[in-house]
Formats: sequence, structure tokens, C-alpha cells
Amino acid sequence: MIEALLLMLGLGGTCAAVLSIASRVFYVWEDPRIAEVEGFLAGANCGGCGYPGCAAAAVAVVDGKAPPSVCMVGGPESAANVAAVMGVDPGSAEALRSLNTCLGGHRAEDKYHYLGVQSCGALANMFGGKRVCSIGCLGLGDCIKSCIFDAIKMGPDGYPVVIESKCVGCGACEKACPKNILTVRTMSERLLEFNQEDAALAPCRQTCPAEINIPQYIAQIRSGDYEGAVHTIRERNPLLLSCGRVCPHPCEDYCRRGIEDEPVSINQLKRFAADIEMDSGKRYPIPCAPDTGREVAVIGGGPAGLSCAYFLRRLGHSVTIFDMMPELGGMIRYGIPEYRLPKKVLEWEIEGILNLGIESRTNVRFGRDFDMHSLAEEGFEAVFIGVGAWSDYRLKAEGEDLEGCYTGIDFLTKYAINQQTGQEIYKIPIGRKCVVIGGGNTAIDCVRTLIRLGAEEVSIVYRRTRKEMPANAVEIDAAEHEGVKFHFLAAPVRVIGDEQGRVTQLEYLEMKLGEPDASGRRRPVPIEGSETLMNIDMLITAIGQGPDMSFVKEDSSLEDLSVTRWNTIEADPEILQSNIPKIFTAGDSYTGASLVIEAIGGGRRAARAIHLYLTEEEIKPVPKSLLKKHIPESLFEHVEGIKPKARAKMPELPVTERIKSFAESDLVLQQKDALAEAERCLNCCRICYDPDADVA
Amino acid sequence: MGDYFVLAISSIFINNILLAQYLGNCPFLGTSKKMETAVGMGMAVIFVLVMAGIITWITNTFFLVKFDLEYLRTVVFILVIASLVQFVEMFLKKSIPALYAGLGIFLPLITTNCAVMGVCLILVNEEYNFMQALVASFCYAVGFALALILFAGVRERILLARVPTPLQDTSIALVTAGILSLTFFAFKGMV
Repeated sequence: MIEALLLMLGLGGTCAAVLSIASRVFYVWEDPRIAEVEGFLAGANCGGCGYPGCAAAAVAVVDGKAPPSVCMVGGPESAANVAAVMGVDPGSAEALRSLNTCLGGHRAEDKYHYLGVQSCGALANMFGGKRVCSIGCLGLGDCIKSCIFDAIKMGPDGYPVVIESKCVGCGACEKACPKNILTVRTMSERLLEFNQEDAALAPCRQTCPAEINIPQYIAQIRSGDYEGAVHTIRERNPLLLSCGRVCPHPCEDYCRRGIEDEPVSINQLKRFAADIEMDSGKRYPIPCAPDTGREVAVIGGGPAGLSCAYFLRRLGHSVTIFDMMPELGGMIRYGIPEYRLPKKVLEWEIEGILNLGIESRTNVRFGRDFDMHSLAEEGFEAVFIGVGAWSDYRLKAEGEDLEGCYTGIDFLTKYAINQQTGQEIYKIPIGRKCVVIGGGNTAIDCVRTLIRLGAEEVSIVYRRTRKEMPANAVEIDAAEHEGVKFHFLAAPVRVIGDEQGRVTQLEYLEMKLGEPDASGRRRPVPIEGSETLMNIDMLITAIGQGPDMSFVKEDSSLEDLSVTRWNTIEADPEILQSNIPKIFTAGDSYTGASLVIEAIGGGRRAARAIHLYLTEEEIKPVPKSLLKKHIPESLFEHVEGIKPKARAKMPELPVTERIKSFAESDLVLQQKDALAEAERCLNCCRICYDPDADVA
Repeated sequence: MGDYFVLAISSIFINNILLAQYLGNCPFLGTSKKMETAVGMGMAVIFVLVMAGIITWITNTFFLVKFDLEYLRTVVFILVIASLVQFVEMFLKKSIPALYAGLGIFLPLITTNCAVMGVCLILVNEEYNFMQALVASFCYAVGFALALILFAGVRERILLARVPTPLQDTSIALVTAGILSLTFFAFKGMV
């Protein structure tokens, strides 16, 4: 008995001694906060957070790799306590939210009948699932079983629906889903997503250069959730009021309804939702990620610059916009006339973007007032160049510098400054017989402006035919209604002036269409001896424009910047990084003169690259990037189940009224028309769509 | 040498700790859902079991037998194994962080693993000498890892099979374990 007691005491003492010595000898310093944080975690070692046990999760929180809300069992209380230990605001960590991207469900057809286990994981192993769609939801609800928070339920349409208020973003469903349809993302991650070849994308969404989730915002308009629609658009496009007015909507060319019927008026719906926000008098809040303290300079306050600045700010970086003009907006302020985009609207929109905490400095020109060196000195770590295309191409014809001759952008800009500030030096005397050379949107903007300024006769001279005009068809029609004359197949060769050096006549050659050229348009060929004279007293050349790259010569540190032969900055189309690593670009200064929406999409793509550059990750292209290509299986020849319904007509001011003033000529849809138009949307996905209800 | 070979075969296959002795049931079901975890657990058991086998053999021979206190065996072994695992955990954390990161979460689980305790008691009951105890504890642990990994492979396949609802998850796992165990009983005639 005594021996037993002695042995146990001895053994116990030895073990205790060895362990206490070991704990001293093998002591590893651990952040004391780890133990504190661990105390607030649930202690269930459930692994739901993705870390092996609560201790590992606590280490990750203290290392800053996991948010205070890491513990999915502990819930908000645990998050608040952990945040208190870490000294951060629990709200500032970005919440993860699960989202189902598939809208297929029952409407997706089966390619075979499946009698096996009721599990998506098993079904996915059989030819990728029973549904025809290669990427769509299998509908057996593995995600529902995986969710311990009851946040996913099977919706009536046969695909799971996430209940946002219950979702904690644990990611269990993402792991359970064999088709990668359920994705758990923070807001920043959603802002940085780009179209991928294997994603659930409707044809309109594949076409939009800004990659807006079009079916989603139309569905939100349909259900009356206008605020939701605005947020959906803002995830991709900060300039929704402007685009709603001026976008030539390439998306509508690929609208699936358009194959059998008129396409859905997507852009008018965008404007409808955007106008509701503006007219409501309050701004819907735009969330931003926590500040990172990294500074980025954005040169050029046009659509590309504003878009890039907006997305960088939402990702938490500090942004300063530099612009040479007195106000931000770039070409959409100074190139697009008042009657298409009222300045009041544009100002409201830009103010909303700047309200996120973006600084702006205007009246400063890159190369003259500041350069790469001064930016580096101020602590800017990356530079975005989006200086646009402000330099008009010249006609290279005799006499084009006579008095009364102008170039397109120059004319529109001077006119806009004069209109906005009333400065007399920018006032341009308007002729009686005016001619605009060119067939693009700039030319149309010039003629419609001239009509409003009271010119008696306004004509367009274009060397091809109406079919080849690059301007938006609606704009050409509107110009015609307003009384603009068109001279097609006419190539100007010479401008003739009088003794005072004033323009009096334009000589042009008549043309005929020949073989198609590289752009696929038939090349105009001059008809010999067809020289014709035209009496004019004002001439505007609007035959295209390119970037003004004079700053490259003024800044020695930009010597090595590679510039293409079209005078644009050379960069990889995926990452938009120039050959100088800290310089990124997008918009017209990268693409050459192009669409507003193209610049907005480019701004976001550049923002992604800059974000990766600042967070010191490798800047890789988006994997399986679609980059405006189309997914072949999503393009149809015929669409079944369509009952033609007329497209909503755009309300506009009567011609007699609108040519007298610069009041906005296109009006917004009425609510009932907008809802009817939203009903026309087929809610397409990759290959699924909702046929019209009244067609069997 | 031949004896050791027989010992090894019998510890790994014939008297497999999981499938023939049916000890260590909880980690067998708990950590066999994924191959990755099964491998981690198997390696951790090999590591700990060899050390526990040696230290309990020493404790038994030099203290319990010497002082005629064999009736305290169970309580002494629990104390020794628990302290050992704690010690090993501290040691690994400081000296071999890479190994600690790999085995980290499995080590505390082994503190209360009956397979470890069972093997230690078997070593004593069979009256092995030191070398035999060393080889046997290593081979029992290898048998544990082998059975666990085999079972994890089977369970990963079960996920793809059509299982009647009442038998899903743990039930089918136990049925499978039974069949697997039967196949191991086929080794009985070998030695």
C-alpha cells in the first residue's frame, strides 16, 4: 500500500516536473491575443471556418488572415468580442456572402434520366450531370445539406436560393457544390470578377464591355427592387446615369429576344433605374472596403479615370484624380452635348463618385503642372493614365486652316466651355451653311449642336453610305428628323476660301463602293472627273480622334513608355499594365477613340491590376477570360417560344421643340412602360431562358 | 529474425488493432471521411505509439514489476501516455515546427485514444522483451494506419454509391467496417 502511494506520488511528481521543465525549455512565444481570441471562439473544433480547429482559426485572426467574424458557430457576438480583442471595428471586416449564379433550375432540360443517389457530388461524376447545361445547377441540394445555418433553401424554380440574412459566409456550400455555382465572395472579390468562359452568362452580359449583370438588374426592376437594380449596375458601372443616356448599347445587338423579335431596350431600363435614384433626392449608400492606405494617382477624369478611381476606392485605396480641364467628366462633359447628357445630371453622378472619398485636382496638365517624379514624391505608388483621345485627326487637304474651319472635338469642347462658363473667348461664330465631314458620333453631335445654335442649313459629308456610318443608328435618325442633310459617297478634296481667307466652298469627289476592306466595309472608290463644288461658310472636320501623347516628351521618366503606331499606350489587354510597371492605362488612350462603356470596363480591369500590384500579388490575367468574346453554345439561330411584343418606344421631345434649345431630347420611360419592357426580358442565362408565358 | 517477421505480420494483419481487436473505434470512424485526414492521423499514431510503447514498457518492467504493483498498470499507463503526448507536442512545436504543423491537430486526439492504450497493455500481457515491444508497437501502428487509409478510400467511394436512406453515413460505415474486418480475419490461418 505504501509502495503504491509512493509510486503514484513519484510518478505524478516526475510527470509534472518534466512537463513544467519542458514548457520552459520548449517555450514558443505566442501572441497572447491568440489565447484571448480562442476564448471567444465556439470551441467546437467544427472546422466550418476552414481552419483545422479553433486554435488555428485564432492564429489566423491574429495574423490578420481571417476576419473577426471567422467563427461561424459563435455568430455576431463572437465576432464583436474578437474584434474588441483585435482592436478593430467588427463592421469594417468585409462580410462574405454566398450567391447562387445559376438561374436554370427546372427550365434547364435533362439530357438523360438519372435514378442514382440523390447527391450533386455523385451526379456530377456522371458526364458532368444530367442537365444539358454544362455548368448549371444539378438541383439535388448538396449545398442545402451542407449549410448548418439553414440559409439555403430549394427555390420554386428548382435551384437553391440563398437567404442573405441567415448566410454567414462560412463557405461550406461553395465546397459542397461540384459545379462551382455557389460562390462565397466579399464585396471586393465581386468587384474584381470578370467574365469567364465557364460562367453562367447571358449573351447580353458577354457583350457588354463593362460586363454588367444585365438579366439580374432587369429582374430586380421587374420585381420593383429599383435600389437593388442600381446596386447591381454599380458593381460594374459607376456612370449609370450617363451610360443610360449615351450608351450605344452593344448588348442589345445580342439580346436573345432580338433573334425573333425586337431586342429588349436594355439601356432605357438602365436609365429608368438610375433616374429613379436621382429623382428620389437621396443617394443609395455605396459600401467600400476598409482603408488600405495605399495611394493611387488617376490622370484624366473621364469615364475611364472615374471608373478606375471608383473601383479602387471601393477596394479601399486612396485615390486622387488629376484633370487638365476645369471640371471632371472628360469627353462626356466636353464632347457630349447638353441635349444628350445634361450637365446637371453628370454633376450629380460625379459628385456621388467623389463622395466616396476620392480627391480631385482640376486645371492641372500632366507633363506641364506635374509629372511622374512629382507623383512619386507625393507618395503615389501606382499611376493610371486615362487621358482620352482629344486630338482631332486632320483632313490633310488644302485649305483646311481657313477661317470658319474647325475640328470636331475642338468645336464641341469650346462650345461646351462657353456654354458652361460663359467665357467669351470660347465663343464660336456660327455660319449659315455649315458642313460637317465624317460619319461618327462626333460628327452627329456637331450637326445636332449646329442645328440648335440656329444654323440655317447643316449637312454631313461622308465618303461611304449611311449603312457604313459608325454613329449610333438612333442618333443618325434623330439628326435626320431635326433637318440635317446627308451627302453620302462624297470625299472632300479641297477647301476654297475668298481673299479675306474665309471659307466659301468645299470641293468633293463623288465615290462608288468597291471591294470590302480590312474592316469589312466596302471601300469607297472615287469616280474620275466628278469634282463638285458646294457653297459653305463653316466647316467642321470630325473624321476621328486619337490620344494627345505630348506629355511623353515632356517627362523624362516616360521616355521608355511604349506607344503604338496609333499613338495609344501599349499594354496587355488583360491587365492593362504598360511596360513601366507602375503605369496602367485604359479608355481611349489605350483603345483609341471608342465607347464610354468600353472605357468604364477598361477602368475596372485596370483597377483590378492596380489592386493586385498594390497588394504585391503577381498580376496574372483573369483565368479563362472571355474578354468580349462570346460563348458559342450561348448564341442561338432560333429561339422557341417567343411571342412578338413591341419594344418600348423611347419618349422624346417633339422635333420642333428640341431644335430650339439644348433641353434633353430623349426622355425617361414611364414606370408602367419600364415594367412592361422588363417583362419582355427572357431572363437568359448561358443556354436557358424563360419563354413567353402565353406561348405554349 | 524470422520471429520478428512473424511478429510484424501478426501485428499488422492478423491482430490488426482496428479490424481484429476493434480498438480505436472513434478515430476509425471520425477521421476516415477524407483520405487527407486519414493519412495525417495514421502518421501521428505511428509516431506516438512507438514512443508510448517504449515508455510504458520501461515503466512496467522497471517500476511496476519490480515493486509488485501490476494492479496499478492501467492508471499508471494513462498518466504516462497523457504526459508523453503533451511533452511530444511541446517538443515538436519548438524543435520541428514543420512536423508539428502536419500532425498538430491529431496529437491531442491521441491522448485519449484507446488503440494506443490497448497496444501498450498488449505488449505487457504478451511479455515481450524490449526489441519485440519496439517492433510490435511500430507494426501495430502501421496496421492502424493501413486500416484507416483503406477504410477512408472505401468511404470516399461510398459517397458515390446509392445507399438506402436509413443506412446512410455512419450506419453504412459500420457495415463496411464489418465486411473489411471479415476480410482481415482471413489472415488468421497464416501464422
